[in-house]
Amino acid sequence: MKKEKFNILTDSCIPIPLENIDTDQIVPARFLKATTREGFGDYLFRDWRFDKEGNKIESFVMNNPAYSGKILVAGKNFGCGSSREHAAWAIADYGFRVVVSSFFADIHKNNELNNFVLPVVVSEKFLKNLFESIANDPRTQVTVDLPNQTITNNVTGESEQFEINGYKKHCLMNGLDDIDFLLDNKDKIEAWEQRQTE
Amino acid sequence: MNTLFDKIWDAHIVQKVDDGPTQLYIDRLYCHEVTSPQAFDELRNRGIGCMRPEKIFCMPDHNIPTRNQDKPIEEPVSRHQVETLVKNAEDFNLSLFGMNHPKNGIIHVVGPELGLTLPGMTIVCGDSHTSTHGAMGAVAFGIGTSEVGMVMASQCILQQKPKNMRISINGTLGKGVTAKDVALYIMSRMTTGGATGYFVEYAGSAVRSMSMESRLTLCNLSIEMGARGGMVAPDEITFEYIKGREYAPKGEAWEKAVTYWRTLHSGDDAIFDKEYSFDAADIEPRITYGTNPGMGIGISEAVPTMESVDEAGRTSFKKSLEYMGFKAGEKLLGHPIEYVFLGSCTNGRIEDFRAFAQIVKGRHKADGVTAIIVPGSWSVLRQIEAEGIDKILEEAGFDLRQPGCSACLAMNEDKVPTGKYCVSTSNRNFEGRQGPGARTILASPFVAAAAAVTGRLTDPRDFL
Repeated sequence: MKKEKFNILTDSCIPIPLENIDTDQIVPARFLKATTREGFGDYLFRDWRFDKEGNKIESFVMNNPAYSGKILVAGKNFGCGSSREHAAWAIADYGFRVVVSSFFADIHKNNELNNFVLPVVVSEKFLKNLFESIANDPRTQVTVDLPNQTITNNVTGESEQFEINGYKKHCLMNGLDDIDFLLDNKDKIEAWEQRQTE
Repeated sequence: MNTLFDKIWDAHIVQKVDDGPTQLYIDRLYCHEVTSPQAFDELRNRGIGCMRPEKIFCMPDHNIPTRNQDKPIEEPVSRHQVETLVKNAEDFNLSLFGMNHPKNGIIHVVGPELGLTLPGMTIVCGDSHTSTHGAMGAVAFGIGTSEVGMVMASQCILQQKPKNMRISINGTLGKGVTAKDVALYIMSRMTTGGATGYFVEYAGSAVRSMSMESRLTLCNLSIEMGARGGMVAPDEITFEYIKGREYAPKGEAWEKAVTYWRTLHSGDDAIFDKEYSFDAADIEPRITYGTNPGMGIGISEAVPTMESVDEAGRTSFKKSLEYMGFKAGEKLLGHPIEYVFLGSCTNGRIEDFRAFAQIVKGRHKADGVTAIIVPGSWSVLRQIEAEGIDKILEEAGFDLRQPGCSACLAMNEDKVPTGKYCVSTSNRNFEGRQGPGARTILASPFVAAAAAVTGRLTDPRDFL
């Protein structure tokens, strides 16, 4: 896994204004048979991007050359359903660094963070306005500032603070993961185990 | 505070990270073949082993075929994934119940039935339906593969503590109404994301009187309303279920364990962040009409109208109905179906096969219906045979297969073709879940059986 550090990103967006996008849509189960993490970008939204014969479905936003960018914008409750981390691998491998939604499912949100993709939770109003900005102009740019925990719609100037705990923020900004942390804390784990036997 | 969930969670805190998550000790890690290979590789890359291999149990379930399990898997990619788990278990010195092993089956069926899942434990697995194990009075939740790697490396996980929710179901369930219907009812009231951020305790007289199998079904579906997990306080029904199981404590250790388990319930002063209460009498056998499990109705009810859906959700609602080939406001009773699936970690236990058999006994599978009938484990299959349920199924024209996840997510060859309707006892009706273009209607084993013998969506109470 690439532990790509995150700081500030300004880019255009790919919008999918649907609610409750589940991880079966992000990566269908038949593509979960790989034993490595690589190459999942090809399967991202596979059945929305391609028909059964493998032809591009032109009406789907990811196949429309007007839309591009490292920011995915989706309707509320993004990533519900299966815990498959393959969904986060697909999002990261396709090239996204940020997913913006008004609400994320818990497991998927953790999976994004563990793959150095930043989930940004915004208000319903911010999201609605952002979808509108992008509909009016696909080149709409958004700035995500992790150090200051702000997201800005650069068309309307609308800006919001977003939440992330200090620990995860530190990990993302410095390219550190949880296993690094846990291995540094082995003494505490053994002490906990010792207490159980007393 | 002082909830059942708090008691178990707090007892497992190794440390709280400053302005960050909790480091939680994990008693049991279950691994299947789909979400573990990259975690094992992570350990290899770091040159480390599993910190507590004796706490980790591996079994393949997602890919394995439901016929001829004594022979190698034909599909090369599935075979490779299953073989990778076998090799990883060997390399890392972990317990493995491989394909065709008498203890193999779906992890969430096998864990409880072997007594590997016990009250008071913290349990994780790279699978969202790990919530199932909460029925035994454990804190059990699904995790991603990076997190699986964390637990392998340190027997700990870093997690934000979820909030507490209690859902009480009081009263007596009506004829033909099962734990599956209760869960589908709760989900439709809560919506598919309504419990996100919470850990749910199920309570109330209807839950207390449920069998262990029913409680497992109820907790299994917690994730389908977004909850991290669901749990039921352990009681005599729990202890009776566990006693004598292979990995359960024995003798003096059993007495000691039960004494501790009796303390595992929410205090009278427990504070929940959210509480809901439902009346068992309001619940009828249920079906889903859409493409997430929260989109459900009573079997006699109509699909909601477009006007009843809030504006932001209408695009998704319309897309769902187009996918399913249903109309807003339409009643679905009598609608023809082509497939029936009995099985999965939701409804692949002995009680589910008894329910299915109760309806199909003396009747016959309708012409044109393809039934995929899959026990949740070899142990369930042996019990089916011991009770003669296999004979009932055979006489009614049903063919019993070998255990696995099967058509729940169609990673093996058990798929529903494009455009076909499947009444399924599984847990997800997402687009393409049972195969590209497949149309899934989630329901209980009773509803599935009634559909299997009539070829239509039928009220199972007509047969009970």
